[in-house]
Amino acid sequence: MALTADGSEQKELTQTPLLKIWVPWMGCNLNRRRGSSVPQFCNSPTMIVMVGLPARGKTYISKKLTRYLNWIGVPTKMFNVGQYRREAVKIYKNFEFFKQDNEEAMNIRKACAAAALKDVTAYFTKEQGQVAVILSTPVFCPLKVFDATNTTCERRAIILNFAKEKGYKVFFVESICEDPEIIAENIKQVKFGSPDYVDRDIEEAMEDFVQRIECYRASYTSIDDDKDRKLSYIKIFDVGSRYLVNQVQDHIQSRIVYYLMNIHVTPRSIYLTRHGESELNLLGRIGGDSGLSPRGQKYANALAIFIKSQNIKDLKVWTSHMKRTIQTAEALGVQYEQWKALNEIDAGVCEELTYEEIQRDFPSEFALRDQDKYRYRYPKGESYEDMVHRLEPVIMELERQENVLVICHQAIMRCLLAYFLDKPGDELPYLRCPLHTTLKLTPVAYGCKVEPFFLNIEAVNTHRERPVNVSVNRNQDEALQTVPDHI
Amino acid sequence: MKHRSPSEQHHGKRSRDPDAATATSPPDKMEDKTTSNPRELTQNPLKKIWMPYKNGLPEKHIAQRKVCMTNCPTLIVTVGLPARGKTYISKKLTRYLNWIDVPTREFNVGQYRREFVKIYKSFEFFRPDNEEGLSIRRQCASAALNDVRQYLTEEGGQVAVFDATNTTRERRETIIQFAEQNGFKVFFVESVCEDPDVIQENIVQVKLESPDYTNCNTEEAVKDFMMRIQCYENSYETLDEVLDRDLSYIKIMDVGQRFLVNRVLDHIQSRIVYYLMNIHITPRSIYLCRHGESELNVKGRIGGDSGLTPRGKEFAKKLTQFIQKQDISDLKVWTSQMKRTIQTAEALGVPYEQWKVLNEIDAGVCEEMMYEEIQESYSLEFALRDQDKYRYRYPKGESYEDLVQRLEPVIMELERQENVLVICHQAVMRCLLAYFLDKTAVELPYLKCPLHTVLKLTPVAYGCKVESICLNVEAVNTHRERPENVNVHRTTEDALQTVPPHL
Repeated sequence: MALTADGSEQKELTQTPLLKIWVPWMGCNLNRRRGSSVPQFCNSPTMIVMVGLPARGKTYISKKLTRYLNWIGVPTKMFNVGQYRREAVKIYKNFEFFKQDNEEAMNIRKACAAAALKDVTAYFTKEQGQVAVILSTPVFCPLKVFDATNTTCERRAIILNFAKEKGYKVFFVESICEDPEIIAENIKQVKFGSPDYVDRDIEEAMEDFVQRIECYRASYTSIDDDKDRKLSYIKIFDVGSRYLVNQVQDHIQSRIVYYLMNIHVTPRSIYLTRHGESELNLLGRIGGDSGLSPRGQKYANALAIFIKSQNIKDLKVWTSHMKRTIQTAEALGVQYEQWKALNEIDAGVCEELTYEEIQRDFPSEFALRDQDKYRYRYPKGESYEDMVHRLEPVIMELERQENVLVICHQAIMRCLLAYFLDKPGDELPYLRCPLHTTLKLTPVAYGCKVEPFFLNIEAVNTHRERPVNVSVNRNQDEALQTVPDHI
Repeated sequence: MKHRSPSEQHHGKRSRDPDAATATSPPDKMEDKTTSNPRELTQNPLKKIWMPYKNGLPEKHIAQRKVCMTNCPTLIVTVGLPARGKTYISKKLTRYLNWIDVPTREFNVGQYRREFVKIYKSFEFFRPDNEEGLSIRRQCASAALNDVRQYLTEEGGQVAVFDATNTTRERRETIIQFAEQNGFKVFFVESVCEDPDVIQENIVQVKLESPDYTNCNTEEAVKDFMMRIQCYENSYETLDEVLDRDLSYIKIMDVGQRFLVNRVLDHIQSRIVYYLMNIHITPRSIYLCRHGESELNVKGRIGGDSGLTPRGKEFAKKLTQFIQKQDISDLKVWTSQMKRTIQTAEALGVPYEQWKVLNEIDAGVCEEMMYEEIQESYSLEFALRDQDKYRYRYPKGESYEDLVQRLEPVIMELERQENVLVICHQAVMRCLLAYFLDKTAVELPYLKCPLHTVLKLTPVAYGCKVESICLNVEAVNTHRERPENVNVHRTTEDALQTVPPHL
């Protein structure tokens, strides 16, 4: 250890081998916060509490928000109090159960709420969760005690007391909508899959459901802008035409508000594809900025035909700044925008090498990458985790847009796909995104429908599976076991 | 003429050129395109952007991702009683938008009034029954709108901020019609505040310095200004959830405690809302400095990831003492992920956050080279950089323009935070400084950010006070001025004219 001028020791820095983060010491239990490759903004855990009448999109918003937060690296989990109820009351008879005067039902509901909050605590304290999205399913008729639909002030007070006691922050998200068409559509799209209605006739179910809402409406209290002025919340009116935002406390709440204000429910499709096969692809080399091979050019032309056949209204086309995506877009003959953020992962010192060369020159790097492909950062390069962060503005803009075709690269496409399909960090780097295949993503109900279109132009395979042996001491054969063929 | 759907639009003039038949025009029928010739791509030597070219010249209409993707310019209109922070918001928003490369200008109607009515007498000018006053004010508003039109249609402006009270629906309707006639989108920004302390503070901070009150003492000025506010109060029609439900606006209440956002139409409005929701006026200071002198610094080499020299470590110690003496409440410390900033932060002995986006500009193939070596191996690149240092991108590296884009989340978080110390790098610090001090793209890459000097930025009135504190530890100079000769054919001597001395 070096000594400074006044004789005190100055700790040497070392760079963690996987993340390439400079830290003052190694070999001890690194505080993830200190050794993190991305800034940590959550100090206290946050509970996001969904508020609103049934069929107002609370579940849709909850699921989407949870997916987004997890993707940007904020561990988030949904707690659906309604599911606790279903388990507690095995067979659902009809909405009579939810009327105020059913004391036994009341007790069950209280127990469910308590169980949910207990799980929230466990998530925060034992599972390193940072955000809990609390969702009730509809149809708890209001009571003056905690009831999972969170729609009376007393109930919210219980959540607030719980949070205060534990040191958690609370942020309410209320969805308000009185447009009967939207509500009917909501009910049709998502309610009739609910276990509560499995054996029922649709019309009867719709009627029953509408009754449930009415039962609830009697004492539904919206967040009161005056009485609740000290609370942190966002009210979403009419699926996003208007918002009221109150007392945003911190970074994560600010990001949540920004996200909620950018999402929409207008039907549309997102097309993801890689550039056509490139010269370096053929040689089994990673990265670089080469042009299309002849087959790659064929793909570009086939893509143009495919896109035309899809008859897409007002399609936006995005590429990276790299030659191969731009060449691919050029074949479409339409305007496109170049995003630097869509550039392929920077492989640093490994740029333009083959896997064989990487194994030869950087065998321990190669092994570390196989150990944790999501967090592994190339020397003087990037990691998948870094890429997710630079892609965040792309995702935000994709949310704002309608029909978009994104022509990008393997690692980039994996990151984007992971966002839409809610894939965690350990699956993301191994998602299959072969050349010459376009994925059409269409939001449906709570998720995303994926249709792959292989445009029948042969291409080299660039997908390298995780090999069995990821130890730094493995031999060359084991390391190169899963390298795809190339020239 | 064949009807073109939006997805068939071409770049620029290509569609009218018969030679374009062999290029990839959108297929009218399902032809096999295997034999078509795609447009050749060439990489622009300055920005390293791939663009199609014809006849040896690059096509002009290359669409590079920019914030403002609408063809429609946007007119932002402030609304609110006097002393509600409209001008503060206008200026700040303008500064932010220009920094993220959206050409923006503010048009303050009060300025027009001051030019018209040379001497301000008293609040009587603003009385609602003062016909002459009303007429002059209307004329000033018209003059300002005229300049807005010119800026947005003829001078390449994308956003104009129309800063006035605009407190009546009638006045706003006039503006909406003006915008409609000219094809501008309108976005209202209303500031509502009834907190007397906040209003008082406003008046003290910015009104007393106003040219309107140069010959008044404080008490007189405050009294007059309060009367001025009253002139507007009776006719004030706030943006209404029902009556104005078709307008796009954000209503800011009580300096950001609460926001009402209605009908955000596009990307730029969404960004504006996000920005306005993150700024605050709580007094605080931002400290910017570079890492201590590094091993590569003394060798005159750029980039890399070297550690501190002994002098650099000395700076880190002095920095610690300085920070302690400043006695800052709740200071956040941010560094990049490069060894030299982290070593500097370590000396402080407090928790710090590492941001990868604070890393120094990536010099690509020129990483760790001396300027002399760059001149020797990449003399063309070296000259191009001097020609347009802001937009110039290193081969396989970045430009200042790229830096600004990746620093945007840092700026957003700096706005949210209070006291922050950012330990970063020369090019990064220049970008951040340019944001706070409203420097243009031309000035930005030449801002002086010497080693071992801390800049303390404190927001005051409409701008930012800068205190430069040199911590008295010697360091090499890393600032290279733009040389006189930036021609690609210049001599080595001309090229290296301004390189600072090193080992």
